[in-house]
Amino acid sequence: MWIYEKKLEHPVRVTCPDVKFAKMVITQYGGPDGELGASLRYLNQRYSMPTDNAKALLTDIGTEELAHMEMIAALVYKLVDGASCEDFKAAGWEGQYVQHNHGLFWTDANGVPWCASYIACLGDPIADLTEDMAAEQKARVTYEHLIACTEDPCVKDTLRFLWQREVIHFQRFGEALNEIQEWMCKCKHVWHGHKCGCE
Amino acid sequence: MKHEKQTALLKKVQEMEFVAIELNLYLDTHPCDQDALHDFNCAVEMLKKYKEKYESEYGPLLNFGFGGMSGEPWQWVQGPWPWEL
Repeated sequence: MWIYEKKLEHPVRVTCPDVKFAKMVITQYGGPDGELGASLRYLNQRYSMPTDNAKALLTDIGTEELAHMEMIAALVYKLVDGASCEDFKAAGWEGQYVQHNHGLFWTDANGVPWCASYIACLGDPIADLTEDMAAEQKARVTYEHLIACTEDPCVKDTLRFLWQREVIHFQRFGEALNEIQEWMCKCKHVWHGHKCGCE
Repeated sequence: MKHEKQTALLKKVQEMEFVAIELNLYLDTHPCDQDALHDFNCAVEMLKKYKEKYESEYGPLLNFGFGGMSGEPWQWVQGPWPWEL
């Protein structure tokens, strides 16, 4: 089960509101390589992992991604703080104001809503962990793009923390993949499509 | 800046908890690394102290019974909430 801790994993600060940048950063809230997708992907894949270590890692990284999603939410909240309808129009984000006011919603940077097609679960640990590694790379790259698109040093600091976490997660998933591959070598059967399986 | 004292103390909790999180992930793929395990336990001890200090002044960090008993009135609902700090 989940418990919520009433704090952000890492501080989120902005020098001043920036609705234009909020429109960009929202991709890490509800976009294809964002934190919502990451958390749901890992938390869902954990049910079909064969080893305890993999179940633990996917649970823990999935949980951390929820904390990252919260950080993005806090960032958007602060970037649109005090913004008027005119500010949203000037930023080209009037659609967001009209539909959500200062509320948040899961879309990418072009307003495309989050979709479960962004994630997969083949129930095969090799395929799933490989997807996870790719996902971390894509998130890393997206953070690099976002960091390049802002001059605000406070915002850069928050994004840099999130960027670092993607790099670490990639490392951990790689280790989990190695362990799973060794584990599968120990079994006589490679395909577990019938009842006898192997221990 | 508003809530300066609170954010400064919370930063200590965030830093120490981050150490625990990082070591937790590492231990998930290196469960036999005794040095890491020892470091994790040290981090947990320090984290406990910082959390107690923070919570005594600013209220509970956890609910659903994980954060112990509440003072009156019900403390959990009290702000500021994390995205407001």
